[in-house]
Amino acid sequence: MTNITAASTRWRLKQPSIIPGFGLTLGFSLAYLSLIILIPVAGLLWRSAALGWSGFLAILADERTLRALYVSFGTAFVAALVNVVFGTMLAWVLTRYRFPGRRLIDALVDLPFALPTAVAGIAFASLYAPNGWIGSLFMPLRIGYTPYGIVIALIFIGLPFVVRTVQPLMEEIDREVEEAAATLGANRFQTILQVLLPALTPAILTGFALAFARGVGEYGSVIFIAGNIPYVSEIAPLLIVIRLEEFNYAGATAIATIMLLISFAMLLVINLIQAWSRKRYGNV
Amino acid sequence: MSDNACARKTAFRNPADESFTTKALLVAVSLVFLTFFLFLPLVSVFVEAFREGWGSYQEALVEPDAWAAIRLTLLVAAIAVPLNLVFGVAAAWAIAKFEFKGKAFLITLIDLPFSISPVISGLVYVLLFGSRSLLGPFLKSYGIEILFAVPGIVLATIFVTFPFVARELIPLMQDQGTGDEEAALSLGASGWQTFWHVTLPNIKWGLLYGVLLCNARAMGEFGAVSVVSGRIRGLTNTMPLHVEILYNEYNMVAAFAVASLLALLALVTLALKTILELRFGAGIAGGRH
Repeated sequence: MTNITAASTRWRLKQPSIIPGFGLTLGFSLAYLSLIILIPVAGLLWRSAALGWSGFLAILADERTLRALYVSFGTAFVAALVNVVFGTMLAWVLTRYRFPGRRLIDALVDLPFALPTAVAGIAFASLYAPNGWIGSLFMPLRIGYTPYGIVIALIFIGLPFVVRTVQPLMEEIDREVEEAAATLGANRFQTILQVLLPALTPAILTGFALAFARGVGEYGSVIFIAGNIPYVSEIAPLLIVIRLEEFNYAGATAIATIMLLISFAMLLVINLIQAWSRKRYGNV
Repeated sequence: MSDNACARKTAFRNPADESFTTKALLVAVSLVFLTFFLFLPLVSVFVEAFREGWGSYQEALVEPDAWAAIRLTLLVAAIAVPLNLVFGVAAAWAIAKFEFKGKAFLITLIDLPFSISPVISGLVYVLLFGSRSLLGPFLKSYGIEILFAVPGIVLATIFVTFPFVARELIPLMQDQGTGDEEAALSLGASGWQTFWHVTLPNIKWGLLYGVLLCNARAMGEFGAVSVVSGRIRGLTNTMPLHVEILYNEYNMVAAFAVASLLALLALVTLALKTILELRFGAGIAGGRH
């Protein structure tokens, strides 16, 4: 009797199951995860802690570091905003309208996931350079080798995050909701703005956050088009590489740590948005 | 009165739908946007690669350094992808088939590499194995080179492609539940038999889907690899790094020629991915990003 109660209230790692292999698969997964990801990342944080508060802050307060962080976060923010508008529109067009080439376009939206960043980088650099196909069209306004160029590259990188987060939700919208709104006298614009958009907001926010987070850390597609002028168009990941090439490990570590901490915060925000929307709308 | 009704009838449109003009406008704006951000960049890679004809294109690819880069890229993917495949299957088995404490946290940790900048993914290995670390000089004394050598490139590639297979399989195997495996086990199958004959056929398309994405990223990774590679021509240069070197030397035709191979890989990946989604949609459920 006492044995049974002890067994049922005892803390257990896992629920009983007849399926074998729990120890093997979980053990292997944890070992591999630790070796490849956790220990190296912990090493970075440990190195950074060894700098001490004053050392850490001194590196971050450096004007060039601050400008690089500002450029990275600023351009990623603008690009993610652009992607919210065009990505949502694109998702709408792809789910609602039938036109020739729709399937092809739907497949090509994932191109930024599949195309190596360096390839995208040189393609954008040559297109948007002042003498490139597109760059020359806008010529009084220089796009290539300025922060505008960075935004262009980050729009490309972030687009599928917004489209692919919003699209599944749009496919599930019940058309009757829209018909009900129309019956009650709403015009189409009001229906979209006040009935459909609120339901899509969590997905749009998640897409924004994913595109933003990816854009902040992006390197390959940006460095070719950015011009990489210190204080103007130098992104934070590039500054990490520069510090490493100078053997300034402390500098590289401090910049990497602050970016990592902000990424973790973003990850938390994304999870909170999803938890909030699950609570409010049932499912994401 | 009847005139009025007739006029109304011709002007009728579904009030729960946009007008034709609006639709046409939205499609047109989307196409212009995609032209500037997707189509033209993709087309320009091939146009630039063939700018000086087929001859120069071929020349750029058979050049020894380009060949070495292609071989290294294939080698790195051939090591990194199978390792992440084994991990993905093991992690998905543990997470989908069992209920245990800390599962949600484990899933978050597996997704972690997606939210880390590629440059930082490379940096962590430089700090771990570099000349000023604890491990680097120790391994070097035994003649083991990690940094600025192939093992470092493989490690950085494994890091950035870590979640791909696992995150395809976890939702898929969670959806499938444990019923099939329990039936097989109760009929006397061993654990391995159950995995090979019951689980694997159930997940094969999702697995292929994950491997496809994992491979595309492994062959195309630039940031993480560039930090750990040292960019030694012919030795530690992968294809994306070779593209960068050629581009910075203003050797545009050669840069875009190598880039066109990578772009081709991306297009093949997208085509196969689309076919998998269309034909085996249910078999890769949860497969969308």
